[in-house]
Amino acid sequence: MRITVTVNGRTRSADCEPRRTLADFLRYDLGLTGVHVGCEQGACGSCTVLLDGATARSCCVLAVQADGSDITTVEGMATTSLSPLQESFRRHHALQCGFCTPGMLAVATELLRDNPEPTEAEIRTAIAGNLCRCTGYHAIVTAIAAAARGGDGGSPPSPPEA
Amino acid sequence: MKAAPFDYVRASSAEAAVEALRGGGVALAGGQSLIPLLNARSRRPRVVVDVSRLPLTRIEQDGPALALGALTRLRAAETSPVVRRTVPLLAEALTHVGHVSVRNRGTVGGSVAHADPAAELPAVLLALDAVFSVLGPDGTRVVAARDFFLGRHRTALAAGELLTGIRVPLPPSTARHGLAELSRRPDDLAITAVFTSVVLADGVVADARIAVAGAGPTPIRAGAAENLLRGRAPTPDVLAAAADAAAAATDPVDDVHAPAAYRRDMAAVLTRRALREAVAG
Repeated sequence: MRITVTVNGRTRSADCEPRRTLADFLRYDLGLTGVHVGCEQGACGSCTVLLDGATARSCCVLAVQADGSDITTVEGMATTSLSPLQESFRRHHALQCGFCTPGMLAVATELLRDNPEPTEAEIRTAIAGNLCRCTGYHAIVTAIAAAARGGDGGSPPSPPEA
Repeated sequence: MKAAPFDYVRASSAEAAVEALRGGGVALAGGQSLIPLLNARSRRPRVVVDVSRLPLTRIEQDGPALALGALTRLRAAETSPVVRRTVPLLAEALTHVGHVSVRNRGTVGGSVAHADPAAELPAVLLALDAVFSVLGPDGTRVVAARDFFLGRHRTALAAGELLTGIRVPLPPSTARHGLAELSRRPDDLAITAVFTSVVLADGVVADARIAVAGAGPTPIRAGAAENLLRGRAPTPDVLAAAADAAAAATDPVDDVHAPAAYRRDMAAVLTRRALREAVAG
């Protein structure tokens, strides 16, 4: 089936099988390798993109369902320089292997748009559906909180109670 | 894993969807339950009927009920001022359904039709005596929530039937609600969850509804516990007795998330917490 989507501001058309997930379509058919395919069952959040302005796990959307949609992947977040959120991730060492990072950036983008001054608890809830196996989340929370404050260095939040 | 091949039909109307479903197709709404099952090849339908573009997305007060189109996105229902005003228990329960990314895509009808025994929406709609509109080859029929959930992922929907709408009778303005949920992470599927709505009159319980998720093959309405509360002042002893009665009504099994005995104990604890929250107003 032929589908047409707007990805990162560009109109793209391609043929795909109905069973093709949006994640595989973006990654393998359109070459957007920032879409990280982890669990393929909606558990890890790594493939999260913005679909018509709202986050979606692209492994849980068929590409044919997204026909006509507007999609932003991590490739569309930065222009010539990093976005303020990405810059905050870099400054606060909020990634190690980077596998979860595109998904984390997507949910954090949505969070800060809907709730520009989130509490630490709200940040933790927002990223609870995205698994990170490297950082223990601490630096990610710090980076999102700092981005919400306008990207200052800031002091990191205190560690969670055991 | 990748899904096995299937034919894809994008339904242009509810009637066309029913026609396509008659041949053994499966309805695809928001896909948040179905697509993981397709990817895991737990389900291998011959035809997937995409109903997600059908205009069944109303959210409005319709006389003495809240009317929701089956294809209303969970996030749209959760954030709707109409839902918050008319059925606040439903609005609060929706904040626990999956993560925001899941609620952005998932639909109220999809969650009901998927009938996961640990899911919030089937249980809260059971507590609220919701009724479901079902379109089939012979027209529309109405099924009460208490007749709808038949087993784990099993509902009263026959092959070739499509859930089209949900009506939730408005609780009286004096109703107060409480919910308590146990899960591993915020917004994860519940291990056990309890939804309560209580009406107090002159310090006495005039009406109580209690439903438990994650403690049986279907969501469970704790009728004995409700009867125990009616006509009594909600003292700690009465709430504890109702909580024990609710736990006694459950039928949990051991699984990877929790042993059955733990779920039953938690049903009592969560019922007590939810009732305490409700009567505290």
